[in-house]
Amino acid sequence: MTLELMARDRSMLDGEQGPSAAAAMKILVAFSNAIGACGLLDISGAHIDGCLYHGKAGLDFVERLVEGGGRVQVPTTLNVGSFDLIHPGMVKMPAAEEVPARRLMKAHLELGCQATFTCAPYQTRFRPEFGQQIAWGESNAIVFANSVIGARTNRYGDFIDLCCAMTGRAPAWGLHLSENRRGRILFELDIVEAEPSDSLFVGVGLIVGQVSGDRIPVIAGLPRPRDEDQLKALGAAAATTGAVALFHAVGITPEANMLDEAFHGHAPDETIRITRADIDHALSRLSGVADGAPLAAVSLGTPHFSHEEWTRLLPMLREAAPGKGIPIYVNTGRATLTRLQEEGALAGMEAFGLIPVADTCTYVTSILERLDGVVMTNSGKWAHYAPGNIGVTVAFAEMKDCIRSAAAGHVVRGAS
Amino acid sequence: MTQPVAKDAADRLGTFQLAGEADGPALVFSQPLSFWGGIDAETGEIIDHSHPGLGQNVAGRILVMPSGRGSSSSSSVLAEAIRRGTAPAGILLERPDPILAVGAIVAEFLYGKSMPLVVCDSGGIVSGDRLAIRTGTDGQAVIRAKTES
Repeated sequence: MTLELMARDRSMLDGEQGPSAAAAMKILVAFSNAIGACGLLDISGAHIDGCLYHGKAGLDFVERLVEGGGRVQVPTTLNVGSFDLIHPGMVKMPAAEEVPARRLMKAHLELGCQATFTCAPYQTRFRPEFGQQIAWGESNAIVFANSVIGARTNRYGDFIDLCCAMTGRAPAWGLHLSENRRGRILFELDIVEAEPSDSLFVGVGLIVGQVSGDRIPVIAGLPRPRDEDQLKALGAAAATTGAVALFHAVGITPEANMLDEAFHGHAPDETIRITRADIDHALSRLSGVADGAPLAAVSLGTPHFSHEEWTRLLPMLREAAPGKGIPIYVNTGRATLTRLQEEGALAGMEAFGLIPVADTCTYVTSILERLDGVVMTNSGKWAHYAPGNIGVTVAFAEMKDCIRSAAAGHVVRGAS
Repeated sequence: MTQPVAKDAADRLGTFQLAGEADGPALVFSQPLSFWGGIDAETGEIIDHSHPGLGQNVAGRILVMPSGRGSSSSSSVLAEAIRRGTAPAGILLERPDPILAVGAIVAEFLYGKSMPLVVCDSGGIVSGDRLAIRTGTDGQAVIRAKTES
């Protein structure tokens, strides 16, 4: 398969649009060859997952583009970085790492990216529309854009998302093309819940991610979600345990009004039944401790809390009124935080231990004061990655139980 | 630098996602490993608590697994590991993985260090097998297993 380039692509490759565009196009071409794409297509936006400092390589790459005088060619949002730029002093990091990590965030702004620093760009003013071609990084954002919105992106990693943004082009392959968005594996839910819990969606996501491999999952019988945040939790979990970039939920997501539509008229390759017991088993694996274990902290907002999630959390905080000084970290986008502050919604909340975190996330950088105790979370993704990333012991629970536990000082789960 | 190929060793053919040559002992997993959250780029050690390879080290090995997995930050972790010399010498996958490809392409672009990424059937390869990745005459990847005898 040979990659065919258009005149504009060649012009970039030949350096006629500057050294940065040439570098970005060179990598895009190598990547297109690696994946067997036949050509490139125009994109209308990009989301860059390159602001987390993983070492010198990431910074070397962006500095090369800055030095070449490059600018992004489409509206481009930024994923979380290693710092909370809104709350100086929140992140504790040795100076040797702090300088390059801060520079990495700033260098992206010099390329013309937007200072969103959120893993939930789909809940900002840059939310894409159904059918739009985009180039997004960050696994939870990718699965949300494809599945819940019906925009089209592949799983772009660091670097390549920026190469797409710098050129306004993406390889014409994979989920950009209609024929590749067809469901392959069917999950039938055997669960009836009138008001489905958040953890049900997390559990379904964990199982779907684990079983699907690279096959696009179709979920039938999923209870109607209360809001899109439940689908966000499902997608984030599926993209944590697996490589899921797109799921269809029959009667819920936009490319799956009917089962037949989700499978493009074909039969599923495989059908898997999910029972309540399967969900409970998947969720139990997220917790390293039993109920009653002393609690060091609560971490919510992975992916970043939406305004609606805050609206659910704040009354719970007022009702439970935790007073034991256990910090309740909530990761959120800076735009959401600004809106809450303008509304006065956070006034007095620090008394309950609330610590809003913007621009970053508690499991990717040093924020937590104590790492020796149990941290409770309502996030399947956080529960999965935090033990490896920051060395904590995790207890997974519904948001309400996390708050009740903060008030009790130990892990409390289950019905009121 | 390498031992001669044993007579009974059967070459297998694969497709390069990123071309290059590599030698090293195989490290085989039936479960995909995410580099981000799964590998410490400073040491090459596997840190994913849910992965059977926890505590093992990928540096200098030919990592063999069905596919990539998880977060898109894996590209950066792989590129950084290649820069530091803690990356696998090469990676064999059953299915192509774009995120690992990007990390390897960028590391080559920035530092001129190549880490071949090959898609091939890896059935029968077990951890500890000495593997060599070479380029065939038609540009295909040739994977040579050198059994100790």
